Amino acid sequence: MRAENVVKRFGEREALRGVSFEAAAGDRVAVIGPNGAGKTTLLSILAGISKLDEGAVSSTSGEVGWVPQQAALYRRLTVEENLLLFARLEGHEDPRASAAEMLELTGLRERRGEIVARLSGGNQQRINIAIGLLSRPAVLLLDEPSVGLDPRQRSRLWEFVSALADRGTTVIFSTHDIQEAERYGGRLLVLADGEALFDGPPVKLREAVRREAPEAADRDFETAFVAYLHHRGH
Amino acid sequence: MRGVRWLLLKDLQILRRSPLQAVLLVAYPILIAVLVGFAISRGPEDPRVAFLNEVPPNTRINVGGGALPKANVKERICKRVECIFVGDREEAEEKVESGDVLAALVLPADLVNKINSLSTLTPGVPEVEVLVNEENAVKAELVDDRITSLLAQANLAIARRIGAEGGRYLGLLVNGGQFSVLGETIQILGLRTTARILESVTPALPRDLRPALEEVTEFAAQARDNLNVAKPLIDRLAQPIAVDKVVVGGESPPLEIFAIAVAATLTLAFVVVLLVAGSLALEREENAFSRLTRGLVSTSGLLGEKVLLGTAVGLLVTLLMLLGMRFFVPLELDRVGLWLVAILFSGAALGAAGAALGAAAREVRAVSLLAFMVTLPVAFLSLVPSGAVSPAAFDAIRYLTALFPFKPALQAITAALDEAGPGIGGPLLHLAVLFVAYALIARLALRRFATV
Repeated sequence: MRAENVVKRFGEREALRGVSFEAAAGDRVAVIGPNGAGKTTLLSILAGISKLDEGAVSSTSGEVGWVPQQAALYRRLTVEENLLLFARLEGHEDPRASAAEMLELTGLRERRGEIVARLSGGNQQRINIAIGLLSRPAVLLLDEPSVGLDPRQRSRLWEFVSALADRGTTVIFSTHDIQEAERYGGRLLVLADGEALFDGPPVKLREAVRREAPEAADRDFETAFVAYLHHRGH
Repeated sequence: MRGVRWLLLKDLQILRRSPLQAVLLVAYPILIAVLVGFAISRGPEDPRVAFLNEVPPNTRINVGGGALPKANVKERICKRVECIFVGDREEAEEKVESGDVLAALVLPADLVNKINSLSTLTPGVPEVEVLVNEENAVKAELVDDRITSLLAQANLAIARRIGAEGGRYLGLLVNGGQFSVLGETIQILGLRTTARILESVTPALPRDLRPALEEVTEFAAQARDNLNVAKPLIDRLAQPIAVDKVVVGGESPPLEIFAIAVAATLTLAFVVVLLVAGSLALEREENAFSRLTRGLVSTSGLLGEKVLLGTAVGLLVTLLMLLGMRFFVPLELDRVGLWLVAILFSGAALGAAGAALGAAAREVRAVSLLAFMVTLPVAFLSLVPSGAVSPAAFDAIRYLTALFPFKPALQAITAALDEAGPGIGGPLLHLAVLFVAYALIARLALRRFATV
């Protein structure tokens, strides 16, 4: 997936100011930054939900799966009914087989007959991701997927996402949790006020902090990151 | 189209899974509709009025020294209200205060004497007493209207009796006959006989006296002719203005058919608008909207599915209601084809309006409130007849109600139920135009408000 000089304006305000980056198959890109940095805007443009004002976005490898921040599914339907509905809407030849495959993948086969509203937030998020995967996307976009999950649920979620990346899916996710980004993101894309400040692996970000804000170089990753942003005027 | 089918199935599954919501959605409008139907089709019950008659028995109104026959005032009054006969004034007051009766009508003992004094040199003022409990303005207004109407009836009955007696005396004066006074029977010659006698004696008189007698004879003939004309005038004095109702426009079906049409349209409007607006808002409340419109189904397809859902459920509920109404009022089943056409057009236009409402809000609760806030006042305004408010206000109401599908839906369903009213073509065209307009508004609203 490639984004070139993406600009997005909301009235007078520029939410994205010429953001560019690339992600290859199997990449895990974490988009991080403070509130209002443009993370959700960038992901929704990559997903094709929002239109960009300038620049270009392209995906050479096929479908782009989209997992919004809040679970986008029907809480009064069962787990299986949700998967079946979206498989049918995707036009799958055998929607039941696709739904069964996703139930296996998410580990929710035993709970397929349960009403979604009665499931935990973590399990709802797994179905949310499973629906995003129904189109068998080459690129999976996740907007703050771990919000509201407890540590155990978060761990299972990232195991699941990492396994997808290991199978060749490009995973691009946004998060507020810097430790999570460092741990699960193979690459970090740092946004602040709509600008891309950094694009590279976490180790390189540490090096950048050491160069630009040496006083925070030996602190924890989050403190170092905040100092880096501060040094860059954000 | 494939997507629409699966979304429709999904919405029905959600409806089935929310039995309370489904029951409320169907039962509540039907309950309202049936209540409205009954309220319109059944006139109000006769109001209960306490009646105290203190006039001594066998007291009659006298005219010209003779007693008039009974005018049956009590019977006339009690035909129009439910009379509760009471023994004394205290009992009447107690019944009014307790709300057991709407009012009490007291005919005082001297009522007839005062009426009789009207033909004397010292006329009194005959009065009846009305006791009311003005606990609220509507009730007070109702009592005033009823009592005024009842007294007008009583006055009319008495005036007719007096007029009839006057006419009888006039007949005696013109044609002659017997007249009883103070137990004596007097023979009245009458103008007609007087003129005939004078004519017969005229030839026997000397020539110089004949012109004077001929003048008297002519006067008697003129008096007879003019008094003959006066008799119908006296009859008309009791009720000088008669009502001749001529229908010049606004053909209407029987009231009970109109009541059923109102009930059916109310049901259809609430079911369709609430269902379409609610299910569309649900897509956004569940965050599914952006996922669906990312290529799984088009915005038009999604709107079409919601309108289809609302129209189908509305059709089913309204048809069931109409068939149920046949127990109360005979409806012509051979017009069922027209029922279907009217309900489908109405459902589609109401559904499009519901979609426009649903597109403007994110939460189902907010949309439901909005749907009620729009549908209910428009429904009531649509029932305001011309002449009930000022012409300017009626024009404003007419234009306002023309913008929402309720009124044309009511006209279409009324026309479908009974052939007596205006044709169905105009309302169907109106509904089609509103369908297109609201569908466009809904699309624009979704684009405007459905951003992530």
